[in-house]
Amino acid sequence: MIALLRRDLRLAVRAGGGFGLGVAFFLILCALVPFGVGPDTSALQPIAAGILWLGALLACLLSLDRIFALDHEDGSLDLLATSPLPLEGAVAVKALAHWITTGLPLIVAAPLFGILLHLPAAAIPALLMSLLLGTPALSMLGAFGAAVTVGLRRGGLLLSLLVLPLYIPTLIFGTEMIRRGQDGGDTMPPLLFLAGITAGTLAVIPFAAAAALRVNLR
Amino acid sequence: MSLLSVHDLAVARGGLRTVEGVSFTLAPGQALILRGPNGIGKTTLLRTVAGLQPPVMGRIEMPDDAVAYAAHADGLKGALSVTENLVFWAEVFGGGDISAALAAMDLTALADRPAAALSAGQKRRLGLARLLVARRPLWVLDEPTVSLDAASVARFADTVRGHLAGGGAALIATHIDLGLEARVLDLTPFRARTDSTARPAGFNEAFA
Amino acid sequence: MSIWEYANPVKFMRTSGAVLPWTVAGAAVCTVTGLVWGFLTPEDYRQGSTVKIVFLHVPAAMMAINIWVMMLVASLIWLIRRHHVSALAAKAAAPIGAVMTVIGLITGAVWGQPMWGTWWEWDPRLTSFLILLLFYIGYIALWSAVEDPDSAADLTGVLCLVGSVFALLSRYAVFFWNQGLHQGASLSVQSGERMSAVYRYPLYLTMLGFGLMFLSLMLVRTRTEIRRRRLAALQAREMRA
Repeated sequence: MIALLRRDLRLAVRAGGGFGLGVAFFLILCALVPFGVGPDTSALQPIAAGILWLGALLACLLSLDRIFALDHEDGSLDLLATSPLPLEGAVAVKALAHWITTGLPLIVAAPLFGILLHLPAAAIPALLMSLLLGTPALSMLGAFGAAVTVGLRRGGLLLSLLVLPLYIPTLIFGTEMIRRGQDGGDTMPPLLFLAGITAGTLAVIPFAAAAALRVNLR
Repeated sequence: MSLLSVHDLAVARGGLRTVEGVSFTLAPGQALILRGPNGIGKTTLLRTVAGLQPPVMGRIEMPDDAVAYAAHADGLKGALSVTENLVFWAEVFGGGDISAALAAMDLTALADRPAAALSAGQKRRLGLARLLVARRPLWVLDEPTVSLDAASVARFADTVRGHLAGGGAALIATHIDLGLEARVLDLTPFRARTDSTARPAGFNEAFA
Repeated sequence: MSIWEYANPVKFMRTSGAVLPWTVAGAAVCTVTGLVWGFLTPEDYRQGSTVKIVFLHVPAAMMAINIWVMMLVASLIWLIRRHHVSALAAKAAAPIGAVMTVIGLITGAVWGQPMWGTWWEWDPRLTSFLILLLFYIGYIALWSAVEDPDSAADLTGVLCLVGSVFALLSRYAVFFWNQGLHQGASLSVQSGERMSAVYRYPLYLTMLGFGLMFLSLMLVRTRTEIRRRRLAALQAREMRA
């Protein structure tokens, strides 16, 4: 499993665009929003939390189809399925690799982009915490969507259609947590919900994704 | 004690049976060559034996984790070097040393080259070298000699012979003569009959 | 005689063919009578004549949820027992459920405009229905994208399972996110007294009518799907022979 993680990370680094592209997309989104809604703090501050989470979500979505598609094309997926590695484990590792290459850079960059959107400093800890707890669920649910659509023509569009509704609970609790951090409210309830959703997702989704992969391989 | 025994196997592709009633056994040291016209279901049969898809009917008996499968796609990453590709599969399959596998497939000189820079035949050799690091007793090979030159084919045949001598077995779909001491199974007589009265399991057939 | 015998396509075709005229007639009688009766009810002292849209809104909304539950059960039956008819029934039900959801949303908007002064409000119930619609759309899109029918049935089945969990989760998340102005349930077992009998009986009738209408449409669509598969099977056989 560690070998698989190492290989996926190495590929992400070598192929280029693994680490950087998601963050670049995130930056562009955060830079465009003020053009759309105006530069005033009064306009930006209330929506900063939502924009940051939506940006993270869309940046995450961009690279989802690569989780399994490339391995499917070159036959690696067939070989992994016949290897001693359980397919559920392979799914979890690949989702983890996706999180490290996409989610982690986003978390690091988010406070910076928060400043661009006039997010008050008081909300930064809530922002970091919500992304840290929420983005693993995004990667895992994305891996499920990628497993369902692997090998389909025009799978990319379908992938977003399937995955985005699954992101709704995470998005709601994530932004709610930042908003409460911003207003000095109690961030604990959304934090616990977020952690619960992520924990449940990490526990159950690998099995669903592996089942979908097996169907798509036969 | 057989390594692989297949009883009355039927397989389906796209909801339609391709072959049915296939039975054979493979003992350690034996190889079986599958023959038959295009579309008869050789690839489907091999994928079924490898466990990638369920059989429509029949039984496949073999020890757990016995199969090393190699098909048209070699599972190589162009951005990784030959060594890195091979080390990865060695680690996944719990194998160890890769230098012997590199030598066996005449890849030692290419060890540091990125896989993207290999020719089709060289990629194929790397894909076959993976079999050696997988350390699985049963090789399931789908057209293993595609894009190999004559010298490489001979080298590959030697490798298979070595594997058989070491107590392994091989199930190979191929059209060229590898010069192996192997039984040949022609699948043509097993083509699924259209008037099959047996209870069908393929989706489309259930409604016809 | 086991209930699973109806999972045999031939048996299903015979039985559903016999049942279908009765469910169609029942659906027509119940829906038309219920709607006409509902239209003739007196005006509500607070809501005026707008209250009468309840006879469309509530049954449609109820069916929208129940159809998803039916799809979930059918998907489970397919995944566990591999009955093809079950998978096809789930496939057949999905577009009906999506349309019911749309009817629920539109009638809700039409009702909400005079009541709340807005066509759309991000109220938890409305939002939940919008999310439900998204899940229906994804489910239908996946069915049409996968070519192999068995694989499509498997994948949509798994999606239905995962989707059900997340649809439910979204519903509670949405309540957390925004307290709404939607009124409570119009009918509920605990507080059946909330609505006067004048409205209640025609509402029961339309609900029954919508239920039968769904049953009829679902049977017709499942029969079409079975025939389509049969056609594909015969064509494939012809080509090979």
